[in-house]
Amino acid sequence: MFKGMGTCMGRGAAMDDFLLRALMAGAAVALVAGPLGCFIVWRRMAYFGDALAHSALLGIVAGLLLGVAPLAGVVALCVVAALILAHAEADRASGSDSLLGILAHGSLALGLVLLSLMDRVRVDLMGWLFGDILAVGADDIVWLWGGALLVLAVLASQWRSLVAAAVDEDLAVVEGHPVARARIVLMLLVALGVAAAMKVVGVMLVTAMLIIPAAAARRLSRTPEQMAVLAAMAGLTAVALGLGGSWMWDTPSGPSIVTVATVFFLLSRTFSRR
Amino acid sequence: MSGGGSLLALSGVRLSHGGHLVLDRVDLTVQAGRIITVVGPNGAGKSSLLKVALGLLRPDAGTVERSASVIGYVPQRLDIGRLLPLSVRRFLAMAVPDRADSRRLEDTLDTVGAGHVLNRQVADLSGGELQRVLLARALLRRPDLLVLDEPVGGVDVAGQAELYDLITRQARDGGVGVLMVSHDLHVVMAATDHVVCLNRHVCCAGHPEAVSRHPEYLALFGPRVAASLAIYTHAHDHGHGADGSVLPLEGGGEPHVQGHGHVHGPGCRHG
Repeated sequence: MFKGMGTCMGRGAAMDDFLLRALMAGAAVALVAGPLGCFIVWRRMAYFGDALAHSALLGIVAGLLLGVAPLAGVVALCVVAALILAHAEADRASGSDSLLGILAHGSLALGLVLLSLMDRVRVDLMGWLFGDILAVGADDIVWLWGGALLVLAVLASQWRSLVAAAVDEDLAVVEGHPVARARIVLMLLVALGVAAAMKVVGVMLVTAMLIIPAAAARRLSRTPEQMAVLAAMAGLTAVALGLGGSWMWDTPSGPSIVTVATVFFLLSRTFSRR
Repeated sequence: MSGGGSLLALSGVRLSHGGHLVLDRVDLTVQAGRIITVVGPNGAGKSSLLKVALGLLRPDAGTVERSASVIGYVPQRLDIGRLLPLSVRRFLAMAVPDRADSRRLEDTLDTVGAGHVLNRQVADLSGGELQRVLLARALLRRPDLLVLDEPVGGVDVAGQAELYDLITRQARDGGVGVLMVSHDLHVVMAATDHVVCLNRHVCCAGHPEAVSRHPEYLALFGPRVAASLAIYTHAHDHGHGADGSVLPLEGGGEPHVQGHGHVHGPGCRHG
């Protein structure tokens, strides 16, 4: 059950490769998690990321059932869930926080039930729940970096509208920003970010990977752009130190990364106190 | 109702929200250089009416025609989370599509009496300061239509008069059409051309003085408000200079001494 958490990896020359691949994968995720996490805290949609991550487990199972890569299942399910939630958010009368909770935990439960029925497939459940960055392969890295660059390019091209909508959607609409489109684009990007971050820190800690670096960057930033860049840098450093710690002390990699990010957040609060 | 200079025309607008009728058969026209003030009790649908006018809410029935090319909007509230780092300077610059001229930005902020907050963070502003910044932001867009939802909420009394003066000048000198929600008709009365008294439907509409005596208006706001209104209109046949000296009002023909007609809304019940 615990394989892939970094606990039973033998140490040797090959570990340098492991660690390098893990760093590459973690860096790609941290780079997009920074700015995406900023939008999540600005728009107060932390629970949205959490709901996506929980429902992603169902995507893994769907991927296995359909015989495609689990990550493809995760991306597909995250995108579908994001579209459902975007629609629900537009129609605020439906009580979207309850809907989020139902979608998140309903699909997590269904995923776990289906997983237990599939006895011919062995799934590293702990790896998906808490991340398995040390098991990242070379092809994963290509996908992660390709996805990261795509997400960053879309973010950059939509930046003005995304920031305007984060400030106030009504003002942004009156000023001619395509707010409905920006909202859907953001949700799809977050869905991609969640799918990628799951690989690194797992279902349970995805939201942490998104919002903690952003929150740590807040106190040190005066502009939205500064905060996005600082959040990406905080995430990169947390990945490097977390993986280093995981390697040195044989701790699980995902939780180690999130622990470092949390320390950054606490430090940023202590040092910027006015 | 709609004339050549019409910037905004609503006709027969109906809006319901969660099975609850919020607006019913509302007609409204805003023309260049005219100030339309919407008054009404809480829950009367005032903010919803503005949102329908702006295209932020889609009405269930009726038509909305917007011919204004640039709209400046001041929402009732702006809820910027503390986690979004945003200076007032940047917040203002966002309102104009091309790179903002920083001199004009500073000047506009000065005219609303908030020049000192330019480099502060938006999340740190007080309610009144934020309101002034929002008005500056709307003006920066060089609008031909201003849509203001309680634009002076949270502003101190002296500031309220200044801001209403500023809004009035936009209409009188700049030819800007103004659609405004206000709770204090007695303050805006002198500056308003046309009052719409709203309680889901248009109870009564017309000249401020006429509306203030209208039985529907009195029924909605009670005799106390009406009395304070009467005192106000009688006491203010003069203005004050910067040193507090009494000055005659400019222009002689103040709008509230002309024409006393009012229009009955279809839902008005008299008797």
